Amino acid sequence: MKVSLFATCLVDMFQTNVGKATVELLEHLGCEVIFPKGQICCGQPAYNSGYVKEAKEAMKNMITAFDDAEYIVCPSGSCAYMFREYEKVFADDAQWSARAKRLANKTYELTQFIVEVLGITDVGASFNGNVTYHMSCHMTRLLGVKSAPFTLLDNVKGLTYTELPNKTTCCGFGGTFSVKMTPISEQMVDEKVQHIIETGATYLAGADEGCLMNIRGRAERLGAHVQVLHIAEILNSRKAEVRA
Amino acid sequence: MPMKVSNESFNNRVGEGIQNTFMRSAVSGAQDRLETNRQLATEELGNWEEWRSLGEEIRQHVLANLDYYLTQLSEQVAARGGHVFFAATAEEAQVYIAKVANKKQAKKIVKSKSMVTEEIDLNHYLEEHVGCRVIETDLGEYILQLDNDLPSHIVAPALHRKKEQVQESFQRHHHYEGSERPEELTKHARKMLRDDYLTADIGITGCNFAVADTGSVCIVTNEGNADLSTALPKTQITVMGMERLVPTFEELEVLVNMLTRSAVGQKLPSYVTVLSGPRQEGDVDGPEEFHLVIVDNGRSEILGSEFQAILQCIRCGACANICPVYRHVGGHSYGSIYSGPVGAVLSPLLGGYDEYKELPFASTLCGACTDVCPVKIPLHELLHKHRQTIVEKEGRAPVSERFLMSIFGIGSSSSGMYKFGSKVASSVLKPLTKNEQLSKGIGPLKNWTDIREFPAPKKERFRDWFENRQKGDD
Repeated sequence: MKVSLFATCLVDMFQTNVGKATVELLEHLGCEVIFPKGQICCGQPAYNSGYVKEAKEAMKNMITAFDDAEYIVCPSGSCAYMFREYEKVFADDAQWSARAKRLANKTYELTQFIVEVLGITDVGASFNGNVTYHMSCHMTRLLGVKSAPFTLLDNVKGLTYTELPNKTTCCGFGGTFSVKMTPISEQMVDEKVQHIIETGATYLAGADEGCLMNIRGRAERLGAHVQVLHIAEILNSRKAEVRA
Repeated sequence: MPMKVSNESFNNRVGEGIQNTFMRSAVSGAQDRLETNRQLATEELGNWEEWRSLGEEIRQHVLANLDYYLTQLSEQVAARGGHVFFAATAEEAQVYIAKVANKKQAKKIVKSKSMVTEEIDLNHYLEEHVGCRVIETDLGEYILQLDNDLPSHIVAPALHRKKEQVQESFQRHHHYEGSERPEELTKHARKMLRDDYLTADIGITGCNFAVADTGSVCIVTNEGNADLSTALPKTQITVMGMERLVPTFEELEVLVNMLTRSAVGQKLPSYVTVLSGPRQEGDVDGPEEFHLVIVDNGRSEILGSEFQAILQCIRCGACANICPVYRHVGGHSYGSIYSGPVGAVLSPLLGGYDEYKELPFASTLCGACTDVCPVKIPLHELLHKHRQTIVEKEGRAPVSERFLMSIFGIGSSSSGMYKFGSKVASSVLKPLTKNEQLSKGIGPLKNWTDIREFPAPKKERFRDWFENRQKGDD
């Protein structure tokens, strides 16, 4: 199966290991991974801040970049949801609406794609460690992917799962919210880090690099002993260790 | 602006809220309790999503036919001998109610909880222009009134207070000698209020729902204070927002059920009080005179706009009870008597962007509010619409932000620009980088690194790795 990877700009520039793990994982599951070179950013930072005009330019670029894709897979629930939202954004645009709709309909978040499209619930991963998991808001509530990450984590050999208190509460990232409303964001992420510490887990996993950068950045600043990982890194782990 | 509760700037209000550890522990405790109860009470129905669709349908139907139902309501009230007044503005409502109070030479007014009377700042107006005492009888409002404090939640006005603080207020104002036990505090308030009910000239109430085809008003309480406020004084004035209607008792039953389950996780409140105009022949109690004041105050501007869905609101407060922002900043930070997600949508509409332009941005758009709303108001989408309006129609965004966003527009749509930018990012930020991390950012990064580490951009971007890997394969 041919899969076009929508890596996201955060992964392309900062968390390249998440992109690598995603590619290796998909290939391990029998997919041929393509990286459409024209891709940049889904436009969400501008869109959510109210700059719809600027966001639309980014969106049109993405529609063009992924026009020929069979399946689009993204290691971020929030960015995948943004692709789905394109249908609404361009609903009244005769030139772009059909293409936007086509793009929306073939887009999947990574764990969603593995479970729902590939029909795989055990990716053959092994990972020794106590893991807790943060459910990202856009993936859970807007994209509606609630169970796929847990289905996959359940079948990872050696992994112990500990539930995070208030697991569906926002971590305080919210894109530009994190820099526009920093004092509020700080309180939110502090409570999140506190809850993670309470679980006693060694690892916090999630499926959205935006939220994870926020939690990781704060946990590091506070000196909390927890390693923040993208779920792709765990699912791509086959020797009970994580790629550095 | 009557609905405004503070002259402080948004940032100062938020700062004060965050510093107030007493309030925050009260709010987070209440949130956890209320949300757990809400979940149990809604799951118990088995098909909550169907209920939500029904709730949404009822509210949308009423809004689409508001002119019809308002006419029907006013005709029914008039037919039973009640007086109906349509107030286009807060001032018109204030003046009308003061006129009634003056005519009655009112010295004392008892009031049951009402957000719309807070919206029009009725108490202060009456005290000033009629010279009468206005006594809040809802326990939460009663506590706040003693200290001249303001509601911080649309259902539980004193949510920000702890029982020890209530004890202290009672000690200060009434020489109260009892404990901080809620039962004992309530008993004290009950005793204090009893005489006021018996001697009040006018009872003022809000209105959870008005029933159009019978001309009735329905008030939901747990304390029975609405019953006493309406059964004892000779004159009753009910104030309602113009959208708070249901067609018949059939829809009333559905919405009251959803209201109390969503608000506090109760199947039913202790009291559902339904009143239909002044005392009729054969009635044993009830007011001799009844006035219904229907307040517009900006609502008809919302009707038919892209924000119309906010008028579906039944004021249950479930959105505030789950909101992670409300949790940490508290209700007073919103600067409006309407707080929480519903307040962040409604306050800029009723009170204008000059006062409330920050509120729509004080959200991560996490969507938790939208998920719990019993009448399916897409709250986070309405917050987003506000942002777009503020930035694109009103042009109120800061210049530096507009500049950054225009760069974003160019950088994220031009492959060449992005490739260049992302390629050089690692070198440009190198002086600020230590151990592959940025701890002290500049420009827009500063706010990030004030509280968090920021990862340094990688020299080999993911796309470079992918390309090199493919070359290797060939």
